[in-house]
Amino acid sequence: MTAALDLHVFGDALQFVVDERHLILQKTWEHLVLSGAAIAIAIAIALPLGVWLGHLHRGSFAAVNVANLGRALPSLAGIAAAFVFLGVGFWSVALALVVLAIPPILTNAYVAVDGVPADVVEAARGMGMTRRQILVRVELPLALPLIFTGIRTAVIFVVATATIAAVAGGGGLGDIIVNQAGYGLEGVVGAAICVSVLALAADAAVGLVQRMLTPEGLRVEARALEQDAFAGRLPGPERAMSEVDGQAG
Amino acid sequence: MTAPGAAWVAQGGPVIPNFGEGSDCVTENRFFCPDWVRDNWSGVLQPALVEHVELTLIAVAFGFVLSLAAALLTHRYRPLERPFGAFAAVVYTIPSLALFQLLVPLTGLTVTTVEVALVGYTLIILYRNILEGLRSASPEVLEAARGMGLTRGQTLWRIELPLAIPATMAGLRIAVVSTIALATVAALVIPKGLGYPIFLALREAFNTEILAAGVLAILLALVADALLVLAERALTPWSRSRRVA
Repeated sequence: MTAALDLHVFGDALQFVVDERHLILQKTWEHLVLSGAAIAIAIAIALPLGVWLGHLHRGSFAAVNVANLGRALPSLAGIAAAFVFLGVGFWSVALALVVLAIPPILTNAYVAVDGVPADVVEAARGMGMTRRQILVRVELPLALPLIFTGIRTAVIFVVATATIAAVAGGGGLGDIIVNQAGYGLEGVVGAAICVSVLALAADAAVGLVQRMLTPEGLRVEARALEQDAFAGRLPGPERAMSEVDGQAG
Repeated sequence: MTAPGAAWVAQGGPVIPNFGEGSDCVTENRFFCPDWVRDNWSGVLQPALVEHVELTLIAVAFGFVLSLAAALLTHRYRPLERPFGAFAAVVYTIPSLALFQLLVPLTGLTVTTVEVALVGYTLIILYRNILEGLRSASPEVLEAARGMGLTRGQTLWRIELPLAIPATMAGLRIAVVSTIALATVAALVIPKGLGYPIFLALREAFNTEILAAGVLAILLALVADALLVLAERALTPWSRSRRVA
């Protein structure tokens, strides 16, 4: 197939999305459920752990190296491993996605809380705050932007990887993308467009939640950061090696 | 399980079961069969590994040259940062599998399709890091350079570029490791790289091949990362002496 510049395929693809909207909606829903379950579980595990370790300033070696290991793990290899160890199905794929989503959340939560300036914590203690109050009222709000960077990275990563999950029976839009024999190139391209839109929408949604959770005082700073189109998306070079970057799917 | 009928399968690609003959371990599809790996190393795994390295090197080399050019341009003309950044952020969010497929109508089921997507992802990581690196020279250092009578070009060559090496290498590490990961997915478009045996083996649920190729991909990423750390140390002797001091 030498389909150089078959631009009409994009038109056909959009037609496919419209014609097969029930199929697309159903697969999108599966995709969302799978990604959502994986993200929720990963957050429930990695966030408290990262925040707790960061609060104690302990375990930096582990927290940072989990991220480096996570980045070296190709998501296809992760999905394939889940397939071998756990077999075909929703939960085996979901577990693989959880494993892939934990590193960015854990490491960013750790780095964020660990990086809250010591004098700020000192000042809070001087004001008579308990450890718990320091964590909830000082460290967490200040750590929020970086924590969300991690969650955003994980969300993009999981939505992308859930596509590959189709090869291990995870369902979702990947079912269409990897089945060109069944749906034709227009179906594949149509589903690819849907996945891309879904990823951008998920990213925007997390950004929105972040904005809602950010305390008023920090928003001013956040706005200044947003001048940089990259802000909160990609690790800066100083942090680069301690964070996982999103696209590895 | 939905049959993963990938693009190359639709073309009548090879769907020859790899097991069914050979040792008991292979025919019973046990967890892992070292003898299969031994027998198929030169026929299946090694070529896939070499292809994988090629795919990665081409992508990172192109990505590096383009990112360096873009970063130097942005360093000189600041207003370019916003459009470059916005473009990069959008490309970065698109899942790799989707991006590969979206390029197929444009460039066909070719290596070009895969490389364009892979280069796209490296661009974002490298551009960002090289730019940060170029900006890492402190104002005092730049002032001193001007005081010594260095021209703009000399300052770039002798001060800013060397100081950009650590950030650049950090970016290269991420770019190489994530390209190795992404290149496994490329096997859905072209029958090349370590992803190809993984996808084939997933179709047949052949444990040994899935694990062997998957572990190879992970090892490749770890080895490449370690090599880049060594290269960074060799390129920045000053950081080492500072650490000793």
